[in-house]
Amino acid sequence: MKRKINPWLPVTGVAFGVAALLLAHFGNPGNMGFCIACFLRDISGALGLHSAGVVQYFRPEIVGLVLGAMAMAVIKKEFKTKGGSAPATRFLLGAFVMVGTLMFLGCPMRAVIRLGGGDLNALVGLVGFAAGILVGVVCLKQGFSLRRAYSQIRTEGVILPAMLTVLFVLSLAVPALFKQSTEGPGSMAAPWILALVCGLVVGALAQRSRMCMAGGIRDAVMFQDFNLICGPAAMFVTVLIGNLILRKFNLGFADQPVAHTDGLWNFLGMALAGWGCILLGGCPLRQLILTGEGNSDSAVTVLGMLFGAALCHNFGLASSAAGPTLNGKIAVVVGFVVLLIVSLLNVAKKEK
Amino acid sequence: MVDARGYSCPMPVIMVQKAVKDGAPQTLEVLVDNQCSLENVTRFANNQGYSVTSSQEGEDFRLVLTK
Repeated sequence: MKRKINPWLPVTGVAFGVAALLLAHFGNPGNMGFCIACFLRDISGALGLHSAGVVQYFRPEIVGLVLGAMAMAVIKKEFKTKGGSAPATRFLLGAFVMVGTLMFLGCPMRAVIRLGGGDLNALVGLVGFAAGILVGVVCLKQGFSLRRAYSQIRTEGVILPAMLTVLFVLSLAVPALFKQSTEGPGSMAAPWILALVCGLVVGALAQRSRMCMAGGIRDAVMFQDFNLICGPAAMFVTVLIGNLILRKFNLGFADQPVAHTDGLWNFLGMALAGWGCILLGGCPLRQLILTGEGNSDSAVTVLGMLFGAALCHNFGLASSAAGPTLNGKIAVVVGFVVLLIVSLLNVAKKEK
Repeated sequence: MVDARGYSCPMPVIMVQKAVKDGAPQTLEVLVDNQCSLENVTRFANNQGYSVTSSQEGEDFRLVLTK
């Protein structure tokens, strides 16, 4: 049987990997060239939604990803404003995906980047992510659906990208309005123009390729379709080769940048994220790209992630290099219960 | 016919998968409303041994799957 691969996927994976290496080389935290969860958390901090002084910076990469996807969607006539598919549930799920990723300290894409740098904690996280996806696949097979979306007026799809753009320009023009870390990961940043351009390029390519970490594993399990997983695989190879060339490859569990070594909670955090991503229909990167395509449900999910990041730091849920917190562990357990309830409530009744 | 308009991935593919599993039809019409679903359903159908023709109807796409 002939299996076609979308040629944009390996291209996007390589571009993502090169951008991640470049951004880390020019100032972003180690193994964090790109991390959707970390960067949304930094933006949440820059807006003053949380008060963790070490993770506050209005990350241009996020703005670039959304605008790059939007530009490509407009050019390819794929910009369509749609929404109304359980927005409040998506907000909630977005918040708990953030609880899971900040327990692990990275989105699924950063997990791949971390693994490419030799961080074996990321392997544990990715196994957890896959386990969460398997739970999500069971829900889908039982008939889980957040119901259909509907066409909306164009402004619905433009509002969040426009807000991000205006806030980003303001962060450059009137930086005093925003919080800015002077130490910690939030103080480590590549030049804004490089970050923005990397975001734009990767965002445009991700729109063409539909790259999605959660979708890649889901499709492989559900449909024996390995198309989507080619993107993250290409990214891993690129980052691995880059780190070996730059002599930044450090194999092991200990002493990894912005990471902790608690295997159980790395696993459980990413399992929560994986399950949530399947219920949402895509990983945090995919939610940003869909936001750029005019999907207001994804825009609400991104707002949920920003809200979740604020809760994580205001309530002491997020891990640090020292490890997870008790509050964070409780929040992950609560997250599993919430996802179970959401899953059960949204399984369509079988027709008699 | 499978009307998957309004659904985002992976729902259109799941709906088609169910229709294929339930009836193993020789031909199946599918309606989707976005390019991503068009690509995913086409790839799934090809992998199941169907040939696919598609046409655009306004904002939507009509796919005809033939064994």
